Amino acid sequence: MSSLLEIRDLHVHFSTRDGVVRAVEGARLSVDRGRTLGIVGESGSGKSVTALTVMGLTRLPNASISGEIEFDGVDLVTLPDAQMRSVRGRRIAMIFQDPLSSLHPLFKVGWQIVEAIQAHENVSKKAARERAIEALREVGIPSPEKRIDSYPHELSGGMRQRVMIAMALVLKPDVLIADEPTTALDVTVQAQILDLIRHLKDEYQTAVVMITHDLGVIAELADEVAVMYAGRVMERTSRHELFTVPELPYTWGLMRSIPRLDAPRPGRLDSIAGLPPSLIHLPPGCPFHPRCPYVMDVCLQDEPELEQSEGDHLVACHLPIAERRQIGRDLQDRQN
Amino acid sequence: MVRYIIRRVLWGALMLLVVSALTFVIFYLLPSGDPAQIRAGRYASPARIAQVRHQLGLDRPVYYQFWLYMKGLFLHFDLGTSFKTNLPVSDEIIRRLPVTFSLAIGSVIIWMAIGIPIGVISAIRSRSWLDRSTMTGSLVAISAPVYWLGLIALFLFSKDLGMFKLFGGSGSYVPFSEDPAGWFSSLVLPWFVLAAAFAAFYARMVRGNLIETMSEDYIRTARAKGLSERRVIFRHGLRAALTPVVTMAGLDIGALLGGAVLTETVFNIPGVGRLAYDSIVGSDLPMIQGTVLFGAFFIISANLIVDILYAFLDPRVRY
Repeated sequence: MSSLLEIRDLHVHFSTRDGVVRAVEGARLSVDRGRTLGIVGESGSGKSVTALTVMGLTRLPNASISGEIEFDGVDLVTLPDAQMRSVRGRRIAMIFQDPLSSLHPLFKVGWQIVEAIQAHENVSKKAARERAIEALREVGIPSPEKRIDSYPHELSGGMRQRVMIAMALVLKPDVLIADEPTTALDVTVQAQILDLIRHLKDEYQTAVVMITHDLGVIAELADEVAVMYAGRVMERTSRHELFTVPELPYTWGLMRSIPRLDAPRPGRLDSIAGLPPSLIHLPPGCPFHPRCPYVMDVCLQDEPELEQSEGDHLVACHLPIAERRQIGRDLQDRQN
Repeated sequence: MVRYIIRRVLWGALMLLVVSALTFVIFYLLPSGDPAQIRAGRYASPARIAQVRHQLGLDRPVYYQFWLYMKGLFLHFDLGTSFKTNLPVSDEIIRRLPVTFSLAIGSVIIWMAIGIPIGVISAIRSRSWLDRSTMTGSLVAISAPVYWLGLIALFLFSKDLGMFKLFGGSGSYVPFSEDPAGWFSSLVLPWFVLAAAFAAFYARMVRGNLIETMSEDYIRTARAKGLSERRVIFRHGLRAALTPVVTMAGLDIGALLGGAVLTETVFNIPGVGRLAYDSIVGSDLPMIQGTVLFGAFFIISANLIVDILYAFLDPRVRY
């Protein structure tokens, strides 16, 4: 029994003047109705490219895409453009990081929502407008019948992101992909937006893919978590398991670099040494080995496969399972 | 908004004052023919020249002449009379305005109709051979001087000396009210010659704007909504990319209404630009003043109109 959205062995490469950018390498992910998959990773880890590929928005002349994206029994990778377009926006919707730049500055927000409805359904402008007002009301915008005639710049950041969410959810899609939806917002607004997404997910049993570099967002919202690094899924498990027994040295690094309010103030914030690798010239072996404090000889030669550890916990690492779990558990005990 | 417009109009009036003062100063500072001498004729006696000089008021100090001119301008909208023809300057200019309008408007239509589609196609097919060849062609068109292009056009297509006798040649202009077909025929070559550089410039501008716009986040959103690529480009992309083009077009039209001096001279079209050229050659100060002021007036007005228009095109702009 496969999930609503299942990504198998996805590769996305872009040929550029400097060489081939291997943005996504063999990603395996899945998400089901009413569930939230959190994808966490640094910039350039391939999380956004994965999401855009699901939307069919990486079909560029210089891109080569292979693998499978099975959505409700259909492979989106090979789906013709015209059919992909009817999936995009209607069955899989997406919201983005910066709602100010993501909304068209010269059109009223209502017009933009109406357009989204009319792109997929043969309804009158008036009916579409009614639905747009309803959608704005649902995402908690006060007096939506007035706000519908606002331009994006007349709204606050949080309101704009609510408009984006209303626009994405107005057609009741099966999947909502949220690409860092709170990164550009104030902290208090962030919490409101996450609450809203969770509420709407529960209400409509939408499958949510939450892309973030913020483990706090993951802790708040995700049911399952995938940790991506250099275009690969390196660790995949439930949220609970990830925050009790993280098994990947990279995940440990992410956990350590979260500042804590309750701990004694350290001299400086921990960070992962070094920089993410170039996706054109990847190091041989494990892509994380140049930055890994636990690096072994084998890591320089062989790339670890994403393999089952305990239960549903999948990890790509050469460290022995027992040792990994010990270190991860100790780390989380100390942090909690 | 109203306060803004009033302020801009007052600034515009001040600008016109400065422009005419500068024209006066430049006229008297730079070496030019003596208007009194020219008016009196080649073999006039010194006494006759002095008499003409007195008649024209040229024996008064420059600041006094300027004062008289300004008084006439502001109190009676009087631009003075031509040294050369003795006719009121404003009548002469107004008589020629329809000619310059004909030239400018036709040219605008042509360069928009050519430049915008080429720019859009080049942007969509950016880096293709089509894009590269049109952009190279546009560089050539921008670089080609109007007087050169004009002569080429005459040698190729004019009825009198062209290889293909298709359109009216130099000096063939007739008013629309007298002979519409002749009017059209006489303006085809000037329209295209004048439009060439503008079309090329606009094509490059539209291309650049559209390419930049198409990489904006809101274009990604439009695609994510499942819109057709056609709608994404023409509705979302072009709407944003054309806003600065409208601004530019407004300014260019304003400048052209003041007279396309080179084009009108090459094709011997009796417009304001040609009048300005002739009055400079003939040291006809009131006429120079008049044409310069009209030109400045159109440019200042166009600026104001464009700025007001912008508030309607882009809701983020407020005055």
